[in-house]
Amino acid sequence: MHSIIYGFIGAGKLILTINAELLSIILLSLRVSGAALVIAALLGLPLGAALAWRRVPLRGLVISLINTGMGLPPVVAGLFLYLLLSRSGPLGSLGLLYTPTAMVMVQAILACPIVASLSHAAIVRVDPVIRQAAITLGATPLQEVLTVIREARYGIMAGVMAGLGRAMAEVGAVIIVGGNIAGYTRVMTTTIALETDKGDFELAIALGLILLLISFGINLGLRFFQRLGRVRAGIILWD
Amino acid sequence: MGLNLEVARIVKSYNGKAILQGCSFGFENGLTYALLGPNGSGKSTFLRIAALLEPPDAGEVRYRDHGVALPHDLALRRRITLLLPRIGVFNTSVFHNVAYGLKIRGQSRQEIEDRVNDVLVRVGLVHKRRQNGLDLSSGETRRLGIARALVIDPEVCCLDEPTANLDPKNSDIIEEIIFSMKTAGKSTIIVVTHDSAQARRLGDHLLVMENGRIAPL
Repeated sequence: MHSIIYGFIGAGKLILTINAELLSIILLSLRVSGAALVIAALLGLPLGAALAWRRVPLRGLVISLINTGMGLPPVVAGLFLYLLLSRSGPLGSLGLLYTPTAMVMVQAILACPIVASLSHAAIVRVDPVIRQAAITLGATPLQEVLTVIREARYGIMAGVMAGLGRAMAEVGAVIIVGGNIAGYTRVMTTTIALETDKGDFELAIALGLILLLISFGINLGLRFFQRLGRVRAGIILWD
Repeated sequence: MGLNLEVARIVKSYNGKAILQGCSFGFENGLTYALLGPNGSGKSTFLRIAALLEPPDAGEVRYRDHGVALPHDLALRRRITLLLPRIGVFNTSVFHNVAYGLKIRGQSRQEIEDRVNDVLVRVGLVHKRRQNGLDLSSGETRRLGIARALVIDPEVCCLDEPTANLDPKNSDIIEEIIFSMKTAGKSTIIVVTHDSAQARRLGDHLLVMENGRIAPL
C-alpha cells in the first residue's frame, strides 16, 4: 500500500516539476504516434474509401484482411517488422532497426487497418441519396466522392482517433523494433513497462497518468469538434 | 435558345419488371410540363432517366441546343437538375447546402454569397442560413432542395413530387416558387405530381404516364 501512495506522491512531484526525462519521453511518444497516425490515415482513408466506392477485385478478401489486421497481435507485427529490418533481413541495409522510424512504421502498421476499416464502415453508412443529390447538382465523380467522404467525416474521425489510441497504447511491438533505448527510443508505454519491472513506480505512474490525460483530452477534443461541426459544420469544414 | 429535350422509345426494367415501355416525348424549352400517373407507373424512373441520373435499358435521351445534339457529358449535366423526393441534405449549414452547386462550379466567394442569399430570400429560408440543414422541418427541407436547384439556374429542372406530404402552407410556398420559375421562362420544368389540381395550376402541358408511356392529357 505504501509503495502505491509514495508512487503517486513521487509521480505528482515529477509532473509538477516538469521533469526533463519525463518531458522528453512524452514528446518522443507524441512524435512517434503522431507520425504513425499521419501515415496510417494517408494509407487507410483512401483504402477505406476505395473499398466503399468501387467494386474492386477481391473486395471481400481485402475487407477480411483489413478486419484481420484490426486484431493483429502487436508482437506479431513487431516480429515481422523486426525480421524485415534486422541486419540479415531484406531491408536491413537501411539501418532502421532500433530507431524511432521503426517504431513509427510498426505503429502505422497496427493503426492503418483500424483507420481503413472504420473509414470504410463510415462511408458505406452514408445515405445513397447524398451521392445522387451531388450528381443532380452537377458534381464531377471526384466531387461526388469528396462529398460522401465529407458526410462520413465524424465516423472517419472516430476511426482516426481509434487508430491513435492503438498507436499510443502499443508496447510489445515497439519494444521489439525500437529496443527501448533510453533517450532515443524509449516512449511512455515502454518506460511504464520497464519501470514497473524495476519496481520504480514513480515515473511509471506519472507516465500512466499523463497517458490517461492525453486519451481524455483526445476524446474531449473529438466531442467538442463533433458538437461544433454539427452546429456550424459549414463554416468550419467547408471553407 | 436553351435546351430542348426529346426522349425516344425509352425502355427500363427493374428486377425483370418493365417500368417504361417505349416512352417517347419532346419537351420544348421554357415550358412547364406536369406529369401525372398512379404510383409505380414509372414517373420517377422517367425523371431520373431524363435528368441523366441513370441510363435507360434501351432508347435515347436527346438534348439539343439550337438544333445541335449534345453529348451526355458534365457540361450538359450541369445544365440540368433533378429534385429528388428525398432531398439528401448535406450535414452542413443551410447556406452551404445551397452554395454546393456553385462551389463545385468554381464560382467566386462573392458570387456565391450574393446568389445564395438571393435564393434563400426567395424560398423564405434566409433567417435559417446558419442553421444545420438537417435540423429543418420537412417543408423547409423541401424548400432547401428547391433552393439548391434554383441557385444553379438549371435550363431543365425536373421536380419529383415537390409538395408530397407537405402541409398546405408549405405546399403553397413551393407552388409559388415553381410558378415564379415558370414565369421567368428560363427553364424547362417537368413536375411529377399526384395532385391533378396542382398539375393544372402549374403546367403549360399536362401529361400522363400510362402503361410505361407518356401521353398528353
